[in-house]
Amino acid sequence: MSIRTEEMILNVGPQHPSTHGVFRLVVKIDGEIIQDANPVIGYLHRGTEKLAEDLTYTQFIPYTDRLDYLNAMTNNYVWCNTVEQLMGIQVPERAEYLRIISMELNRIASHFVWWGTFLLDLGALSPFLYAFRDRETILDLFVKLCGARMTFSYMRIGGVRFDAPSGWLDEVRKVVKELTENIKEYDLLVTGNEIFQHRTRGVGVITKEQVIDWGLTGPVARASGVDFDIRRNDPYSIYDRFDFDIPVRTKGDVYAKYEVRLEEIRQSLRIIEQALDQIDKVDGPIIAKVSKIIKPPAGEIYTRAEGSKGELGIHLVSDGTTKPYRVKLRRPSFVNIEILPELLKGKNIADLIAIFGGIDVVLGEVDA
Amino acid sequence: MSEELLNTEELNNVTETNDAVEINNAVELNKTEQLLNKLVETIQSKAGEDAIEDSKLNFNRPMIVIDASAWQHELAAMLRDNEQLQFDLLSCISGVDYDDHMEVVYQFYSYTLDNYLMLKVKTNRQSPSVISVKQFWNTADWHEREAYDLLGINFEGHPNLTRILLQDEWVGHPLRKDYVVDKEGLGLD
Repeated sequence: MSIRTEEMILNVGPQHPSTHGVFRLVVKIDGEIIQDANPVIGYLHRGTEKLAEDLTYTQFIPYTDRLDYLNAMTNNYVWCNTVEQLMGIQVPERAEYLRIISMELNRIASHFVWWGTFLLDLGALSPFLYAFRDRETILDLFVKLCGARMTFSYMRIGGVRFDAPSGWLDEVRKVVKELTENIKEYDLLVTGNEIFQHRTRGVGVITKEQVIDWGLTGPVARASGVDFDIRRNDPYSIYDRFDFDIPVRTKGDVYAKYEVRLEEIRQSLRIIEQALDQIDKVDGPIIAKVSKIIKPPAGEIYTRAEGSKGELGIHLVSDGTTKPYRVKLRRPSFVNIEILPELLKGKNIADLIAIFGGIDVVLGEVDA
Repeated sequence: MSEELLNTEELNNVTETNDAVEINNAVELNKTEQLLNKLVETIQSKAGEDAIEDSKLNFNRPMIVIDASAWQHELAAMLRDNEQLQFDLLSCISGVDYDDHMEVVYQFYSYTLDNYLMLKVKTNRQSPSVISVKQFWNTADWHEREAYDLLGINFEGHPNLTRILLQDEWVGHPLRKDYVVDKEGLGLD
């Protein structure tokens, strides 16, 4: 006697903790095997690109904070850098160092959130507490630097808004030391855990060919053997002055992504340490002499930077007025989840959360 | 005295590195110029002598403008597969609405050859339409849907050209320059 089975539609989200925002996934399952997955996005769409056309170049900075709100420093940076390149503005040395330090701190904070929430998705509660304990020390630093915990708007076209308050750089040095020690706990707590390994090793494998074809970037790409990081391959700001490694793994599974991100935290700490040593010798202005009314020449440019999720790019078209003619934001999370239907097909429903969590998305960025 | 000496030494170092940077830039410029020439040549051989409307170095990266009629599957396949081009990564597709025409702008990158290309495809404003390149770069899928959603550009051959960010019942395409915001309907007025 054969058992009668039929396909079932399972609706994941839009309101569900493991979607990390408002994201809906319509999954068709046969037994426990996923036949089809259809992502539905747009719940957080605010029309950022449309809003930009009605704002001046400086006024748009706070809007970039709200794209990938876990990594707002890099968003700030890409926008300012795009306008600076178009106008040919030279950013003062000290500002570059402050930018690097804040961007790398933010990358670490972003990876901490991923680490904590990803393990929460898998059912482990305590790692989340460790991650947020450490992230808090970074957010405290940001509060002292610019007054905000997440939506910084710290950078300006031509430099940064505030110089480091007195004693701040020493505090960063202390935090870097502290975090270097604390990261070891992460490995002791999770990395070797057998349940964790079973749920991530060999799960959600993305091949190198798929990565390139689907335009995936960031840690997701590097976990599949794409040895590419914009900070090294197309250096912006002053990244060419630091010595750091780009972690690459070839397995392409969720565990490889986990390893890449943990190693990236260590490398970011290395960059910050070097930047702290160098900034001591650099004094001077923190913002270039830029006129109050910012009016780039007519033209267009595409610039990109390595965000914590991948390639963050901006295609800016200027018509020579005080407002941008067209801004296209290339959000890494948006591109990275395109592959989901192909990736989830034929997988076990129990692995869905681990696979989706492994990609690390922020819905503010997906929907823009 | 020793301080002065140090200063001059530092100065010397600075000029030396500046020279090195200039030489590097010159080499770099030469490389991109060659790439631009190569690109123009191959595109013309594939799509005809007058296919290219404009080609130049834009911020030291090749930028080529062609018409939608010249933007065909063979050309897209060539950009991806040609030994000397190998644009395997399609970073970004953006639609831009100008007063008299629309443009679809592709940002290409080659992992193997470390080359960039900004390709601008011109189409008319009344019924903007270009080919879909999803079959060559799967990543084009959502980029094209977004451009369709926000600018109303048709991507011929796209398997599922539906709205992606806005809801299905939405009327109009907000990023068009003549789009009027329905403030009453949105409860803004």
